[in-house]
Amino acid sequence: MESDLKLVAQGLVRDYAGRRAVDGISLRLVQGEVLGLLGPNGAGKSTTLRMLAGTLAPSAGRVEIAGHDMARAPQQAKQHLGYLPERPPVYGELTVDEYLGFCARLHGIERARRRAAIEAAKADCGLVDTGARLIGNLSKGYQQRVGIAQAIVHRPDVLIFDEPTAGLDPNQLRGIRELVGRLAASHTVIVSSHILSEIQAVASRAMILHHGRMVLDEAVAEAEQLPGVIDISLRSGPDTATLVELAGVHEAIATGPGRWRITAEPGRDIRGALAETAVHEGWHLLEMRSHRPDLEARFRELTSDAPAQPAQPA
Amino acid sequence: MNAALAIARHELTRLFASPLAWTLLAVSQLLTGLLFGLSLADISLNPQRVGDYDGVSAIVGGGLFRFATLVLLLVVPLLTMRAFAEERKTGNLDLMLASPASLAAIVLGKFAGLMGYLSLLFALIALMPLSLAAFTPLDIGLLLSGLIGLWLVMACFCALGLFVSALTREPTLAAVGTLGALLLLWLGYAVSTLAWQPVVLGTTLPLAEIANALSLIGHHDALLRGVFSSADVLYFVIFTLGFLALTGVRLDMDRH
Repeated sequence: MESDLKLVAQGLVRDYAGRRAVDGISLRLVQGEVLGLLGPNGAGKSTTLRMLAGTLAPSAGRVEIAGHDMARAPQQAKQHLGYLPERPPVYGELTVDEYLGFCARLHGIERARRRAAIEAAKADCGLVDTGARLIGNLSKGYQQRVGIAQAIVHRPDVLIFDEPTAGLDPNQLRGIRELVGRLAASHTVIVSSHILSEIQAVASRAMILHHGRMVLDEAVAEAEQLPGVIDISLRSGPDTATLVELAGVHEAIATGPGRWRITAEPGRDIRGALAETAVHEGWHLLEMRSHRPDLEARFRELTSDAPAQPAQPA
Repeated sequence: MNAALAIARHELTRLFASPLAWTLLAVSQLLTGLLFGLSLADISLNPQRVGDYDGVSAIVGGGLFRFATLVLLLVVPLLTMRAFAEERKTGNLDLMLASPASLAAIVLGKFAGLMGYLSLLFALIALMPLSLAAFTPLDIGLLLSGLIGLWLVMACFCALGLFVSALTREPTLAAVGTLGALLLLWLGYAVSTLAWQPVVLGTTLPLAEIANALSLIGHHDALLRGVFSSADVLYFVIFTLGFLALTGVRLDMDRH
């Protein structure tokens, strides 16, 4: 597995004028992995990505891309890296072809392969018919595609996208999401976002940052293994204590007037029994819904500041 | 090196894709052309001015090149402000910083691109006095010395402008800062013409000589008079390289 490691970051720390923006982030990504970086605004996502991309030097820690150390061999490391900053770094006065030509030359793609590389990047990003158009005249979604084409034109091992879907309409959003999904097949990708559904849709692994620290790092598939919860709504229900007493109930939390969120004991399906009890006791069952605890709930839980708990690294 | 060439080429493409470059070229042509015409009219009206000592080359060439320096003083800040300040403001600088191009390649590429554009401006100005060769014998040595001086002054202005541009993320601030710095260099020359010799701690300070040695315009003046000294050329080269190196240092500070 060691040779498959495409990106390694160890103990990344970044201070801005005495304020710690990123505090001890480590990660290892293998070939073909898609990492979703989540966090509220100001959690240190962009700072982390900029350190990984080499445009910002970490105050402590080190970054390695495809086996090349970013501090000691930046040229080689950056050769294996495609980076899309928060704002797509495009020039409105150039055509898509001129712009991608510059990016290809900048990454040292020799003349003979340049044409093919640009065509392949355009094909991947759905830009085949827009080559001769000025970037400034393209829609925000297409400018974002040009930004992504720029990041993949030299076929790097690692792609870093900082909020690639920010400010797009739902159709453009779906387009970019599909594009990122396609690229994930052949690249190692890091995508940041503060929209959770984005990450759930494209990432195989999710990482949540809060106040510059990592508070969660797990495979998205793993989250689906977690015990399900039941949201129940009763018109004339009992008190919470009565619900907890029921057989097979692990935990019951009142979520509103006449509404509870019930967690079953591991390995038990109590939905049928719960409905039967409600009818039998005359609680007037109005609604019952069973689902996995979604990323959103956990995100809220992990990043809420209300109880001033120190964030624990996962 | 390839990256530097790519950036230089990109810089030129962008310049010529924007109306600013064409407008600057047109305005500076109009101004220098007018001055060229005026100095020719002056000679034809006062032919007695052309003597054994001051030929057509000295009168037309010297005057034109001095004036061209003044035009450059206004043109260069408008060009260099785009190089780093504007790129930083739009976030496009990240594209180069995240690419395998080294900082030296980025700075040299930007410099070469801008000098490519300025050299076109330079060629158009150079053609004016050289076109007189069809009508009258010229002192080519004098003109060449002046032209080399003009080109070197351009390189210095450009390097200084790039450095100021790398200091800020506001293009207008970069332009004003560069203009101010260039005018200060100009003022340095004015000081060198003062006959004031202050006495500090019992020693007479040769203020005028110091100012002249440091002044960019002073070194240019020698070349305009046809005195081609390697010391003057070396001054321009060191000035340019020094500010280019400072630009690289400033860009590296961004990462830290």
